[in-house]
Amino acid sequence: MAYDLKLRVWRGDAEGGDLTDYTVEVSEGEVVLDALHRLQATQTGDLAIRWNCKAGKCGSCSAEVNGRPRLMCMTRLSDFDPAETITVTPMRTFPVIRDLVTDVSFNYEKARELPYAELGPRDPDGKRRMMQVDVERGQEFRKCIECYLCQDVCHVVRDHEDNKQHFAGPRFFIRYAELDMHPLDTHDRRRLAQDAAGLGMCNITKCCTEVCPEGIRITDNGIIPMKERVVDRKYDPLVWLGNKIGLRNRDDDGRTEV
Amino acid sequence: MATTDHGVTSPGRAHIEARTLRQDRWWQSPLATFVVFSGFVVFATIRAFMGRDYYATPYLSPFYSPCLGDCVEGASDFGQPFAWWPLSAALIILVFPLGFRMTCYYYRKAYYRAFWLSPPACGVAEPHTSYSGETRFPLILQNVHRWFWYAAVVVGLVLTFDVVLAFRPMPAEYALGDGETSGIHMGLGTLLMLVNVVLIWLYTLSCHSCRHVVGGRLRHFSKHPVRYRLWTWVSRLNTSHGRWAWYSLFSVAVVDFYIFLLATGRIQDVRFF
Repeated sequence: MAYDLKLRVWRGDAEGGDLTDYTVEVSEGEVVLDALHRLQATQTGDLAIRWNCKAGKCGSCSAEVNGRPRLMCMTRLSDFDPAETITVTPMRTFPVIRDLVTDVSFNYEKARELPYAELGPRDPDGKRRMMQVDVERGQEFRKCIECYLCQDVCHVVRDHEDNKQHFAGPRFFIRYAELDMHPLDTHDRRRLAQDAAGLGMCNITKCCTEVCPEGIRITDNGIIPMKERVVDRKYDPLVWLGNKIGLRNRDDDGRTEV
Repeated sequence: MATTDHGVTSPGRAHIEARTLRQDRWWQSPLATFVVFSGFVVFATIRAFMGRDYYATPYLSPFYSPCLGDCVEGASDFGQPFAWWPLSAALIILVFPLGFRMTCYYYRKAYYRAFWLSPPACGVAEPHTSYSGETRFPLILQNVHRWFWYAAVVVGLVLTFDVVLAFRPMPAEYALGDGETSGIHMGLGTLLMLVNVVLIWLYTLSCHSCRHVVGGRLRHFSKHPVRYRLWTWVSRLNTSHGRWAWYSLFSVAVVDFYIFLLATGRIQDVRFF
């Protein structure tokens, strides 16, 4: 059943802009991105939107719908009252390019600062082996589609532009965690995560987990375990004592600090 | 264009004056947390400083256990090494469960949102102009959560012992019916203490630090099958850590209040056997 949807869309660029009201016809079963595409096709041919797969897997159409970071292609219109006005804005943490498109290069810069896995020597037969149970742990983090909604909602950079320089953000903390849990990696990134990546800036208020469209438990399975690993290295008296008297956790053998 | 040099109105970002465009009742959750936590803090502070009405044979309030100060007769099962302590005996030991909860990853989320508004809710701008997270004193001390977890395990054992004692045969003056005093006893207080200690253990064992210590710190689960199994159990509990935090907070208060009512003679214990 078709009905007229009231949309309020942010239009503008880095110089300025405003919320503009539109009415667009939508049908049952459609998502916010469908409505914006129809708006673009029928009324505002110059409306800028970044999108690609329309299936919640490419992470391109990140925006804020009624103030909440969402993938536009995964936000069903049926979740809203038909009489309600739906407000769509670009992600408010990143510089805007035009309309709903933002410049997310901050994230690529942070990705470049993160040392990739450095694997140890191969087995005598030239292969590398990992047990399935060790592989599975990191798989949750591999589901990340890099939509950067977690980076967008994180108040550390959303509310404090000056923190961007020293804070990698939740998307990269789960990357740190994934690599730190990697059974074959030889890098020890704990100091790097705490100092350069700003893990200590995170106050674990869990908004990243709330907005993740892939349902990754970013805080519980990534950030907090990484914080605990930093505690192992810097703040735990029993770990320190264990190292002194030879009861060392040999699970970390073969790693060097980066 | 009105912009400031921080936050969602920083230059270069989409110019939107509103600190949030959320239309739902995002303020409900932090407000409820604020009210309930504040209520608990007021109640616990009053009870901790009272220094009396914390023991009603055979029940000892969890706020005062172990009772190491100058406690009433029957309350000190581990002696009175701090008998010289001039203030309430609760103040000697409450620092451990208090520290455990204050540094708990769940409580941190709750009170950073509800009390410090940092942020009040997701996508709602916080009022502060600067932010250093947990990198400086005093918040860098959140990293000692694991130390408090070690202490919380000991406190959990003591509270478990208290529950065992709460099954003790009652003295003659408390006996039921024909004056029997033999055999174990169980009253509503015993049941409340039992429920409380179960919730305390669920909260303590579902802790993120516990999850890390038992196996989370490993990189090779395959080489440590027992620790891996323990980690999977704790991980399962950990998904409800926030729920156990709330339930155990309530249960501690309920047990203490019940014992307070008994100790002041306002009610009689309901005896099951």
